[in-house]
Amino acid sequence: MIPEEFEYKRAATLDEAISLMQSSGGEGKFLAGGHSLIPLMKLRLSEPGVLIDISRIPQINGITDQNGKVQVGAATTHAEVVSSDLIRRVCPVVAECAAEIGDPQVRNRGTMGGSLAHSDPSADYPAVMVALDAEIHLKGPGGWRAVKAGDFFQGMFTVDMAEDEIIAGIQLPPAQHAAYVKLHQRASHYAIVGIAAVLEMDGRTCTSARIGITGASTHAQRLTNVEAALAGKELTQANIDAAAAIADAGLEDVNSDIHASEAYRRAMVKVFTRRAIERAASR
Amino acid sequence: MANKVPITLKVNGAERSAEVQPRTLLVHFLREDLGLTGTHIGCDTTQCGACTILVDGKSAKSCTLFAVQADGADITTIEGVASDGDLHPVQEGFWEEHGLQCGYCTPGMIMSAIHLLNENKSPSEQEIREGISGNFCRCTGYQHIVNAIKYAANKG
Amino acid sequence: MAIITPKMIGERVKRREDPRLIQGRATYVDDIKIAGMLHLAFRRSDIAHGIIKSIDVSAAQAMPGVELVITGAELKEFLPPMPIGTPFPSPDHYSVAVDRVRYQGEPVAVVVAADRYLARDAADAIEIEYEPLPAVIDPERAMTGEPAIVHEAFANNLAVPYVPGGTGFDPVAGTVDNTAVDKAFAEADFVLSQRMLNQRLAPTAMEPRGVVAHYEPGKEHLTIWSSTQNPHILKTFVAALTGTPDNQVRAIAPEVGGGFGCKINIYGEDYVAAALSKKLGKPLKWIEDRSEAFQATIHGRDILAYVDIAGKNDGRVTGLKIKLIADIGAYNMILTAAIPTLTMLMLNGTYDIPAIRAELTEVFTNKMPTDAYRGAGRPEGAYFVERAMDMVARHLNMDPAEVKRKNFIKADQFPFATQMGAVYDSGDYEKTLDLALKNAKWEELKAERDRMRADGRIVGIGLSFYVEVCGLGPSASLPTGGWEYSSVTVERSGKITATTGASPHGQGNETTFSQMLSDQFGIPMGDITILHGDTGVVKQGIGTFGSRSQAVGGTALLKAGEKVKDKMARFAAALLNPNEETDTSNMVFAEGRISFKDAPGQSVGFSDVAAYAYVPVPLPAGMEPGLSDQAFFEPANNTYPYGAHIAMLEIDRETGEPRLLKMLAVDDAGTIINPLIVEGQLHGGLAQGIGQAMIEEVVYDEDGQLITGSFMDYAIPRATDFPWFELDKTVTPTPVNPLGAKGVGEAGTLGSTPCIVNAAVDALSPFGVKHIDMMLRPEKLWRIINEGATG
Ligand SMILES: Cc1cc2nc3c(=O)[nH]c(=O)nc-3n(C[C@H](O)[C@H](O)[C@H](O)COP(=O)(O)OP(=O)(O)OC[C@H]3O[C@@H](n4cnc5c(N)ncnc54)[C@H](O)[C@@H]3O)c2cc1C
Ligand code: FES
Ligand code: FES
Repeated sequence: MIPEEFEYKRAATLDEAISLMQSSGGEGKFLAGGHSLIPLMKLRLSEPGVLIDISRIPQINGITDQNGKVQVGAATTHAEVVSSDLIRRVCPVVAECAAEIGDPQVRNRGTMGGSLAHSDPSADYPAVMVALDAEIHLKGPGGWRAVKAGDFFQGMFTVDMAEDEIIAGIQLPPAQHAAYVKLHQRASHYAIVGIAAVLEMDGRTCTSARIGITGASTHAQRLTNVEAALAGKELTQANIDAAAAIADAGLEDVNSDIHASEAYRRAMVKVFTRRAIERAASR
Repeated sequence: MANKVPITLKVNGAERSAEVQPRTLLVHFLREDLGLTGTHIGCDTTQCGACTILVDGKSAKSCTLFAVQADGADITTIEGVASDGDLHPVQEGFWEEHGLQCGYCTPGMIMSAIHLLNENKSPSEQEIREGISGNFCRCTGYQHIVNAIKYAANKG
Repeated sequence: MAIITPKMIGERVKRREDPRLIQGRATYVDDIKIAGMLHLAFRRSDIAHGIIKSIDVSAAQAMPGVELVITGAELKEFLPPMPIGTPFPSPDHYSVAVDRVRYQGEPVAVVVAADRYLARDAADAIEIEYEPLPAVIDPERAMTGEPAIVHEAFANNLAVPYVPGGTGFDPVAGTVDNTAVDKAFAEADFVLSQRMLNQRLAPTAMEPRGVVAHYEPGKEHLTIWSSTQNPHILKTFVAALTGTPDNQVRAIAPEVGGGFGCKINIYGEDYVAAALSKKLGKPLKWIEDRSEAFQATIHGRDILAYVDIAGKNDGRVTGLKIKLIADIGAYNMILTAAIPTLTMLMLNGTYDIPAIRAELTEVFTNKMPTDAYRGAGRPEGAYFVERAMDMVARHLNMDPAEVKRKNFIKADQFPFATQMGAVYDSGDYEKTLDLALKNAKWEELKAERDRMRADGRIVGIGLSFYVEVCGLGPSASLPTGGWEYSSVTVERSGKITATTGASPHGQGNETTFSQMLSDQFGIPMGDITILHGDTGVVKQGIGTFGSRSQAVGGTALLKAGEKVKDKMARFAAALLNPNEETDTSNMVFAEGRISFKDAPGQSVGFSDVAAYAYVPVPLPAGMEPGLSDQAFFEPANNTYPYGAHIAMLEIDRETGEPRLLKMLAVDDAGTIINPLIVEGQLHGGLAQGIGQAMIEEVVYDEDGQLITGSFMDYAIPRATDFPWFELDKTVTPTPVNPLGAKGVGEAGTLGSTPCIVNAAVDALSPFGVKHIDMMLRPEKLWRIINEGATG
């Protein structure tokens, strides 16, 4: 229940946050909503020496329209995403996903940037981000960098981000034929398997598809074999079923725990892939 | 020992200043430093919701905020919910509909219900159940709590 | 006892305890602050089984704010092993492990520091070296002595090697005659056999445990506040173990945030807090973290059964054999060994089964000890019997309701002596079953299930019928004493102060007991105060468990009230009729006045009589001043409430996720004092029973590591997990106490659990499933549906 001691700094700007991190001697961690970090600290599974609170940096708060794309500040809470008219209009799948995260109190505090930076293997957002091909905007001592979500998630709690880099924002492209579905772990309600499907449609034909998966393995990734199986196909039930049937084929390092064995997870990957595609296609 | 940090925040309408260790959890600050023991602690993994308060009007689990994060915030705890001796409609609902037994989850449950009704004036049964899904109650089976929140919604 | 005209009794009265609780003004143990108070933290074993090689406390000791660091070996010098409340042989169990640890989470060392943050830091700084031993996890393997022995004095890990019971068992001679049971099985048309596990659960009262101990050296007096269900037992045990005279110990249960059995026990932390407070002469506080609660607060259930049930093709059950193996964990706690005997006691269920053989073995393993959890042994019994009865129905392709009806104990058979040695007080089981079937529209429900199945859905309905033993007493059946205590005082003002030893933790006794006194004395509830939970105020008591507070505690209250009322009647008569000898036996107390029955127009005010009783000029002949008395009540028997539960459950074909579509109950708890409170108790019981059936299970891995060590992995039900519960009742008062109340606190947990598993088996019967163990893990169901597994 009780964390180790640490020093607390609050950054007013991105640059200040970065320089505070640089001067922390490798001991620092950014603090956004705290809803991944503080639970770990309370169990003493994470013991940073310095916390740099970035939640009040104006630059990384808020949701804005940028030429048809949506720019979400990293410190935007899940609840703000759920209730954003702009997101509901331009890429409603992101709001759909945010609504599946945790519970109301968690959604009031947790942030999009924190979720992506933390990259919990069973977090929800990452699946949607890779499916959307969202762009993650990072700032570091050397300046700005943009990383595609598909390249950002690299392994278990591992992302393409240096210690002194900070996620400033996430750029979401529009997507209408998209859906996120999730098998809840019944205690924590994190995703045992979560699948996001983003489809380009021409009538009933899927011109291209992007499928993102979370929960099943070490990190969120794309199911490129499913994407290939859908591309150019009419979305008949048979075609959807055939694409979903190979959903777990390329997956490695599939998780296994008391809630779901590897075999069960693999089966659920197929089920939820099909459900996500069906739902996306119906929109 | 890490340096203490000064904070100023509004709690139940009154401004409070204090020096806290950075690692002091907001729930401990409220309970130990301010003596507001109506906010409870039921877990150490941010699930149970016994510690729920309102931070700038939004429900939050005070076991998962450091007091320093609440610097400048406007906080409402269960002690600040009734006004001038009049129970809040949600409190009234819990009393009328027997929405509690041991009462341990109750303050947090009431704060979540208040947040829910602020966002949604007339929630359905399912919306009520989802609205309190971050709050565990081991005593009631939730049915009377649902009734209590419906009662408050009808009144509000 | 005089008849009371119910006015408040039976009403849906709002609870009197609520205003403080809904405003955050109640005082739970962690809300207590005493000047100079220090904080305890326990360093616990992170392995399940091992020898403590060394403990280095030097770094911890040197930390700022640390007052004391002490190990089990040092504590042993002044804190003897913990007592238990059952007569079974038991290994020494020290509050803090001395040389060996036997479950993950067992305390190994203790820190006393200025605040809880520093205490936690220091506990972390203690260095411990263990020599690990193999962890004993599987109880059946443990019975062969493999892979290790938990306690050397208990060969093959047998805590209780063999307890027989049932038909032909002579408890005095200790002999077992199998003739009747063998005959029943030999002559049966069928015998069905099934291994069933009633899995291990974590009670998880929302308030974790906690204790504040304050020894005042000048007064040589110890006050201990603890989140407990039974402060009087706490006082007795803490006094004995710390060598403090029990008239110098005051135990207080402040507001208690749920118990469900897990706060009956007196735990090592209670003793350590008391002993160290005495040693240091300072007030000490310890508050349990939830992760400590998962590891080191008692678990419930964990009984394995090998069930054989024999019967005739017309649906009559003629014989039952049940072999029980209880995995009780690493030690005996206060009632540990007795809980599975309650499972045995209830193996007759609601049926007139002519021949039953039960056998019980209890086994030590390297897990947290088990003990009473809501229902305490009876839900396990009800579960095994109800599953077996359902198997019979399924085997014969009969409606489960008909199988029950055929085998029920009939209304005219009460009181009914069971094969297991219980005497059921009263009942009309068919009436309750019929109401449940009617409310559920049973035939339509079956048709609806069939329609849904025809649509490709996996749906089942389940029916269960339970009987439970409540109102625990008499003393012969409870080692702590089977009575309850109460006192009633009419104050000078005419207001009433009553005390009860039935210390509640959510049951609403302040309300129901006020309702009863209000009717008894004819004054408003608002004029009555009920005090409880403080041995300095309530002279004696047992506590609240076994659904006994209403049936036993409530009766003690009325008895004490009756004594005071008799005396008050005499004072009233003296005021009304100063010069005459009068018969006061049937004076009427109503509307705040007292009158002779025959002369209602001539009355005195209740408060005037009270005032007179304390300044009695003149003092009526032969009377003492004052209006205060007490009573102990010991029931002659337990009560046996019962009920029928019906559930409908759907399983997602693709994911195996079960969803409860319908949950309906008809319970008979005898006379009901406050329907609102009874409904609440039933809802809560249903929720926990459903939780067990569907989502709860304590899991240790093969090394004895607790996998379900937090709410991240141990699910307890959320509001979103339930459909709307449909409740109804029948009322068959018990003759055991004058109230006719039977108790209701645990009912919901008995019926719902087998009911839901019956529904799941029904749903999965098209896949050849005859039984499935709890909990209903989606993966398990998915394997049945998709891989031909059979449960
Ligand atoms: C009870 C509970 C249930 C939950 N259920 C779910 C769920 O179902 N699904 C789900 O996806 N999540 C769930 N979460 C996690 C939740 O969504 C977190 O809020 C989120 O994962 C992290 O966001 P945060 O803002 O709280 O991050 P923090 O905890 O503040 O930070 C997390 C990590 O990210 C780093 N970080 C934060 N922001 C940035 C940034 N802008 N740039 C660089 N690094 C940064 C931090 O240094 C830290 O290492 C749950 C959490 C809780 C407590
Ligand atoms: S104490 Fe459980 S969520 Fe805060
Ligand atoms: S009333 Fe006891 S936990 Fe909710």
